[in-house]
Amino acid sequence: MSVWVAVLALAAGTYALRLAGPLLAQRLTVPVRVQRMLGLAATAMLAALVTTAALTDGSGFGGWARAAGVAVGAMAAWRRSPFVVVVVLAAVTAAALRALGVE
Amino acid sequence: MWRTEADLLGDVLALAAAITLVGASFGALAVTAGLPVWLAMAMSLLVFAGGSQFLVVGVLAAGGSPLAGLVGGLLVNARHLPFGLAIADVIGCGPVRWLGAHLLIDESTAFARAQDEPHRARLAFWSSGIALFVGWNVGTLVGAIAAGRIGEPEAFGIDAAFPAALLALLLPGLRGAADRRVAAGAAAIALLATPLLPAGLPVLAALAALGLGRESAS
Repeated sequence: MSVWVAVLALAAGTYALRLAGPLLAQRLTVPVRVQRMLGLAATAMLAALVTTAALTDGSGFGGWARAAGVAVGAMAAWRRSPFVVVVVLAAVTAAALRALGVE
Repeated sequence: MWRTEADLLGDVLALAAAITLVGASFGALAVTAGLPVWLAMAMSLLVFAGGSQFLVVGVLAAGGSPLAGLVGGLLVNARHLPFGLAIADVIGCGPVRWLGAHLLIDESTAFARAQDEPHRARLAFWSSGIALFVGWNVGTLVGAIAAGRIGEPEAFGIDAAFPAALLALLLPGLRGAADRRVAAGAAAIALLATPLLPAGLPVLAALAALGLGRESAS
């Protein structure tokens, strides 16, 4: 398989995965209980993404600088700081730690 | 979290600026791995899913086969199906959803779910989807052309910005005890599964935490 064929197949497959949800939801009448479960499913996957993106890289630990940056951002978010403050604090913390030699 | 729609759009633009830097690092990495600029651009335009794009380029750079990259990329992107079910009403019905589906990414899902009312949710989904699509593609093009002349986004801590941003968007939805149990369980499962499963599967395995949200609808 050449690389461009793989890229096109990935694009088509990804689009199909994205479109399947809206198409299925329209065909079926989704009961309120199931709708609630789907909302919880999104919460679960977002929580999983946050944790793995914060702490892992490949199959191992992602390093202290990033973990500390996300932790500082999390504390700011917990204290209801504005969104931009959360994002910038996380980035600046990780960047500062790396500048100091912490990986 | 947002008093006015202008506040919301400001935050969307801030995240779009950050994703432009990540897009630039993707473009640079893809060209360094031997991909032509047009193919790096085609990936960002047509696939528009950062995790899977980095995975494909990583597989190719390591000498792996395009098929292995394709399979791995599809696994990483499988989460878009349940995301699409969860926010189907936000994406809308009719022809517009054929376009909206392409803008379904982690960040647009999180932005939409952080809103209280349907009108705001639609605004959040479309504005973040479009802004991040533009940022990602402009970044990819600049990075692909300037490959080797730009620094790593890690030096700016951008890799810490994205989990923090998703967390800030997730928090307003964790009001109920059931939501908090499911989120904590999902985080634990994904973390424990990461050393054991291929990329993409830990996030799907985290759906097992739904069992923690069953009783006591709060």
